[in-house]
Amino acid sequence: MDLLDFARGPALTAALSVFVFGVAWRLLSLFLLPWARDPSPRRADARPAWVGAVRGFARHLWPRKPFARASMLTTVNGYVMHLGLAIVFFGLAQHILFLRGLFGIAWPNLPSGLISGVAVVTLGSLALALARRLTHPVLRLISTFNDYFTWLVTFLPIATGLLAVSHLGAPYPTLLAVHLLSVSLLLIWFPFGKLMHAFLVFVTRSETGIAYNRRGVVL
Amino acid sequence: MTDQRTIGELLAQRGISRRALLKYGAYLGALMALPSWQSRALAEGLANARRQSVIWLSFQECTGCTESLTRSFAPTIEHLIFDLISLDYHETLQAVSGFAAEAARREAMRANAGKYVVVVDGSVPTKDGGVYATIAGKTNLEILRETAAQALALISVGTCASFGGIPHADPNPTGAVPVSEIITDKPLINISGCPPIPEAMAGTIAYLITFGKLPDLDELKRPKSFFGETIHDRCYRRPFYDKGLFAKSFDDEGARRGWCLYELGCKGPVTYNACPTVKWNGGVSFPIQSGHGCLGCSEPNFWDKGGFYRPLSANTGSLGKSVGAAAAVGVGVGVASAMLARHRKNTASRGE
Ligand code: HEM
Ligand code: HEM
Ligand code: SF4
Repeated sequence: MDLLDFARGPALTAALSVFVFGVAWRLLSLFLLPWARDPSPRRADARPAWVGAVRGFARHLWPRKPFARASMLTTVNGYVMHLGLAIVFFGLAQHILFLRGLFGIAWPNLPSGLISGVAVVTLGSLALALARRLTHPVLRLISTFNDYFTWLVTFLPIATGLLAVSHLGAPYPTLLAVHLLSVSLLLIWFPFGKLMHAFLVFVTRSETGIAYNRRGVVL
Repeated sequence: MTDQRTIGELLAQRGISRRALLKYGAYLGALMALPSWQSRALAEGLANARRQSVIWLSFQECTGCTESLTRSFAPTIEHLIFDLISLDYHETLQAVSGFAAEAARREAMRANAGKYVVVVDGSVPTKDGGVYATIAGKTNLEILRETAAQALALISVGTCASFGGIPHADPNPTGAVPVSEIITDKPLINISGCPPIPEAMAGTIAYLITFGKLPDLDELKRPKSFFGETIHDRCYRRPFYDKGLFAKSFDDEGARRGWCLYELGCKGPVTYNACPTVKWNGGVSFPIQSGHGCLGCSEPNFWDKGGFYRPLSANTGSLGKSVGAAAAVGVGVGVASAMLARHRKNTASRGE
């Protein structure tokens, strides 16, 4: 078994298993926890909880005016990075074929040249996020291993994908194997680090919305 | 047994001119992308060389490799290969049989000790003492060890001899192994392919005869001149790959327009061979040109890479059991840890 066979077979099987295990564990252990009761009385003019939740989520999609100057760059950069990731992962034919192998469904792919362009932009925006994390005094202070490692496992698939497409640095089978292994690393780290935000960000922001709503704060 | 005449003289007797031989040498040189002086040296060298004594051993194989070499498109030219070599023993091609055949092998070994080349097609079964393939009462394993002992060099022809090939495919009932796993102390060249390209065999043998040394080999011991690039590197459908235009079935609009066959399972991107440039049947076509993806037949374990029609980017493991078990354990651990937290909370509040 060569490196590519390992990456396409056992490595992905193991990584997907760890991913599924970890996500199930983290979500269930979180949602089945006893919820702390909010002792404050519910305001008479409070809207239904679900409205609070939706508003809470929507409100956080964009910074408020007073914070706009300070956080505009991070916000826009965050969108660029996440949209880039999504376009690359769901738009490239090779990726769709991988997903078809898992779920049996497929959709039309985007031109590969476009994907390459988006991938380069995504790589740039990840670099920018790291640069900001390293230079911003407060952000730097509160950053932990989790932040840096999460950054790395997000960065690697894009970087190695681009290397594979451009056949740079090693024979193609090796490049492809390294790309797949980098994705395996992402999948394995996912449930245990802050990548879980992909599931939890909806929960946390809606929770905030519900709590504020109960107290009569209109977000 | 050894003929003292040069190849050029031999061919002249058969009415094949020196010019034709030089042309053939130059053709092989060009295929191997030799620098022009080497190409010329190859052509000249061929004419003046003596025929190389070759013992050809056929083990666990389908004879496709020999077929490939002998049924090639331009027989007069390709048959030249048999004039380059003195084929002292070949299961399929020799007229003699039985004791006479075995005697021929021993005689060739004796007369050319240390100078003959052993060509092997087919893998070597090793399970149960190698009883799954025997010739004249001897296992392939014994014959190979005995014949290789005095050999100058070995050439494994075809994927079976090079990497184990189809007999080696899961579950490998005969314990088939490639020649390289048994003979480790001799110079060895692998010319893989199922079957290998005839020009790759001819070119390599011609190189060996004229330069008296092995050509440049890759890490799988294949001549770089034929296995230096992937099918994908030289595929004429590559522009479609690069644009992301893929045929979805063998007979859709995309297929008719000649789009890339990646979705249909083409393994060209990870397969090293010369099919797109040398092609088959005298340069007529090659699988991808005929509308079918590359099977990756010149790579080790090509039979066990998840299926010929499964795209290269799809995973190959069967996920069901492993992922299902992981999900069950995840749910279990999740529920248990939440229950534990509840329990702790309850005991804590009762304690208050
Ligand atoms: C297991 C899942 C994945 C598989 C099987 C896979 C496979 C591939 C393959 C086969 C290519 C094409 C290489 C080539 O054309 O030579 C590729 C390219 C690429 N992949 Fe992945 N990949 C996976 C996941 C990801 C993920 C999660 C990302 C990050 C978002 C990613 C980012 C890229 C990028 C940026 C490219 C280059 C695209 C281009 O420039 O055309 N891949 N991938
Ligand atoms: C539903 C999907 C997702 C949502 C809604 C989401 C949302 C967010 C949000 C709100 C942030 C904080 C932005 C900030 O700090 O400015 C963030 C950060 C981040 N996300 Fe996601 N995310 C999602 C999926 C993903 C996925 C799948 C990945 C990786 C493969 C990812 C990688 C990251 C990284 C690396 C950061 C931190 C960037 C930094 O270091 O500043 N996200 N995400
Ligand atoms: S048909 Fe195969 S070898 Fe040719 S470009 Fe497509 S993937 Fe590559």
